[in-house]
Amino acid sequence: MPAIVAEGLRKTYGEKKALDGLTMTVPSGTVHGVLGPNGAGKTTFVRTLATLLRVEEGRARVAGIDVAERPAEVRRRIGLLGQSAAVDEDLSGRQNLELFGRLYHLGARRAAARAAELLERFGLADTGRKPVQAYSGGMRRRLDLAASLIVEPSVLFLDEPTTGLDPRGRTEVWNAVRSLVGGGTTVLLTTQYLEEADQLADRISVIDHGRVIADGTADELKAKVGGDRVDVVVHDAALLPAVAGVLAGVPGAGAVELDEDRRRASAPVADRMAALSHLVRALHEAGIEAEDLAVRRPTLDEVFMHLTGERS
Amino acid sequence: MSLRWWLIDSWTMTRRELARWARHPWGAVISLTFPVMMLVMFAFFIGGGMQVAGGGDYKEFLVPGMLVLTMAFGLESTMTAIAQDLGKGVLDRFRSMPMAPSAVLVGRGVADMLESIAGLAVMIGAGLAIGWRWHGTPSQAVAAIGLLLLLRFAMLWCGIWLGLIVGRPDLVMAVQILVWPVAFSSSAFASPETMPGWLGTIADWNPMTASATAVRDLFGNPGVAGTSWAAENAHLLAVLWPLVLLAIACPMAAARFRGLSR
Repeated sequence: MPAIVAEGLRKTYGEKKALDGLTMTVPSGTVHGVLGPNGAGKTTFVRTLATLLRVEEGRARVAGIDVAERPAEVRRRIGLLGQSAAVDEDLSGRQNLELFGRLYHLGARRAAARAAELLERFGLADTGRKPVQAYSGGMRRRLDLAASLIVEPSVLFLDEPTTGLDPRGRTEVWNAVRSLVGGGTTVLLTTQYLEEADQLADRISVIDHGRVIADGTADELKAKVGGDRVDVVVHDAALLPAVAGVLAGVPGAGAVELDEDRRRASAPVADRMAALSHLVRALHEAGIEAEDLAVRRPTLDEVFMHLTGERS
Repeated sequence: MSLRWWLIDSWTMTRRELARWARHPWGAVISLTFPVMMLVMFAFFIGGGMQVAGGGDYKEFLVPGMLVLTMAFGLESTMTAIAQDLGKGVLDRFRSMPMAPSAVLVGRGVADMLESIAGLAVMIGAGLAIGWRWHGTPSQAVAAIGLLLLLRFAMLWCGIWLGLIVGRPDLVMAVQILVWPVAFSSSAFASPETMPGWLGTIADWNPMTASATAVRDLFGNPGVAGTSWAAENAHLLAVLWPLVLLAIACPMAAARFRGLSR
């Protein structure tokens, strides 16, 4: 049974379509990345699944339960990590977790035990009575994550979990998320950072303007942009048009992109070895000396630009 | 959601506030002593030059006004707390949990009413210390306290409604500034009869004036005299005004709360 099924979700705010027929299926026990620029509908999507927003059109099931029909039962099975650290800053980490535990109806003793367990697990056991106000960004986010795991949710929503964190905080949160995987929890993670999706997610859905424009594993998405790419760097940008001509002549080459600042021409190619040997010969015959010549996989950034750029 | 869980959740939310006070006793002390400071300032720095319409001691006139003001200012603390929870996403977390959603508001309400009762006790103590006395019967005194808490209850719901509208702690400031002119255009510090005509009329009809006049009357303090209809029916208005405010703010706050899922 899939952990999340969304079918044709639509949501409009005035003229703006926040969700425009979004459809997605996430298998149980996987980490699914939802990648998209600001305003793509990521947060609206997560808030709808987490029962915070009413379903306007379409259907959504989380852990097999219809979000619109039985929201209370969905709430028993989910954890939500919103964009800002949703904890009481005046209280200590322990007080926060005990409060949330009691609101999950664990009872005072089990709430206290669970709080201690989670503080230990997320490396916050020695924070004592210190109020959350005095925590670092990464610590705050880890506490937030702990709070969303009080009842070991079957589905965990992470809405841009590392936005606004410094690199160290980001690594802390990544490690914490990785430690969850394998425990059977399904994680839906939204992010603007391609690296984050690449690092954490089994599969990725790229969304823009409220709908999924591509999905697959990171490798599959990279392949969609045209597989391997060849880069040619020259010492003088004035040579780029000539290089572009040579690149275009490579059998199986796609559209050539020029980067004047980096004095680089690059193009997707079908067969990397054949392309490279042809290119070396052709450049030599044209009398162009390459400073650097490389075959590489596209970065997720390029995938993203490629997929969203077509529409903007 | 059973009634039992609703009660337990509401109490848990109330305890969250109590825990915050325990964490920041100085914050609580400051918020309790601010009105005391105002009382002392008005009684001793300005009070010397004040005449009570119809005669009487200004301190006896001032204390009921300050009690009303303390209740009215409660709106700010309620609004700030709600706006903070909303702005920081804490409210979203509560709403994504299997608790009774209304417990968030009930807990806030119970905690704020408890704080206001403590605030009233401190202010009455301070009033007694500077020479204010009540001259009515005990049941009148209880009625006066009841009217004050009724006003606070109305302000509570206005605060929840405004907090949900504002949604950002930084905008709370703007509303805080607006509370002052509303507070001063009442009979809290001076009788409306001493104000320019149109302003006096506004002050006459200010809900705080109705409460202040009724409380003064019940405590047997001076400054009750007035010839306008509003002044003569202060007891009625002191009950009616909060009920009208509640009739507006309660459904609006509830609608706004439900509308969070829109």
